[in-house]
Amino acid sequence: MDRIPILKLGEALLVTIQVDMHDRLALALEEDLTTRIVEYSAKGVLIDISALEIVDSFIGRTLGNIAMIAKVLDADTVVVGMRPAVAITLVELGLSLPGVRTALNAERGMAMIKRRIDDGYPISEYEDEGGS
Amino acid sequence: MARSTVPIRNGEDVVRVRQEVRRLAIEAGLGLVDQTKVVTAASELARNTLDYGKGGQAVMDIVQNGARRGVRIVFEDNGPGIADIELALKDGYTSGKGMGLGLGGARRLCNEFAIVSTPGKGTMVTIARWK
Ligand SMILES: Nc1ncnc2c1ncn2[C@@H]1O[C@H](COP(=O)(O)OP(=O)(O)O)[C@@H](O)[C@H]1O
Ligand SMILES: [Mg+2]
Repeated sequence: MDRIPILKLGEALLVTIQVDMHDRLALALEEDLTTRIVEYSAKGVLIDISALEIVDSFIGRTLGNIAMIAKVLDADTVVVGMRPAVAITLVELGLSLPGVRTALNAERGMAMIKRRIDDGYPISEYEDEGGS
Repeated sequence: MARSTVPIRNGEDVVRVRQEVRRLAIEAGLGLVDQTKVVTAASELARNTLDYGKGGQAVMDIVQNGARRGVRIVFEDNGPGIADIELALKDGYTSGKGMGLGLGGARRLCNEFAIVSTPGKGTMVTIARWK
């Protein structure tokens, strides 16, 4: 079965959705991300949807679920690269993505996650752990 | 004009419906935003056909209305039908685990929208988007 690759970038995970997502792929992604967030103690999940030609309520729900699961595991989700035509369509569809933050591109999304990591979990705190 | 029929039996077929609607929308000369709207509406309705209608088909055509061209899609199933169409169209209403935006959203995203449904017999939803 196909799976969407998950890359680790520091304390964040990067997912690039490149294929037309169907149900099983979406469920596999939710599962895999959950495992990886725990495995790497990730603090952020960056989902690049710039390749997606549409976002329907099924994909919207998948993104929302991922954000919810991530939140429970103390990680923030940022969706980046939504195409303008997709954004216009989402508004008319009536889909708001609660709990999903968005950024224009991957670079800005990473900056958001990095700020969160830096503010909420100072690196020095980690380094001090067990040492003091 | 070109007619295309796509059976809807699984999740991959929903993807196929999207691709086929996109192809026809481009052929009909729809702009990118209109293409995106009609493909998104079709995706919602194809998923309903699969999830609630227990499978069926999508029949799509390029249509001409005077100088206007567009794409029309008919989704048909022999599922349980919809007893209360008004309720089903309400944003947020779902009898499953959806977001309840498919029918209402598809109606907003298209220029034409019609549902014919007979409980116990099946459902037919027709949408069209013009250039
Ligand atoms: N083809 C169909 N056959 C039977 N019932 C349907 C069909 N399409 C939609 N429905 C009913 O209408 C409701 C609303 O559909 P929709 O707006 O797409 O929301 P969702 O798919 O999230 O439930 C569904 O929950 C279902 O009860
Ligand atoms: Mg639906």
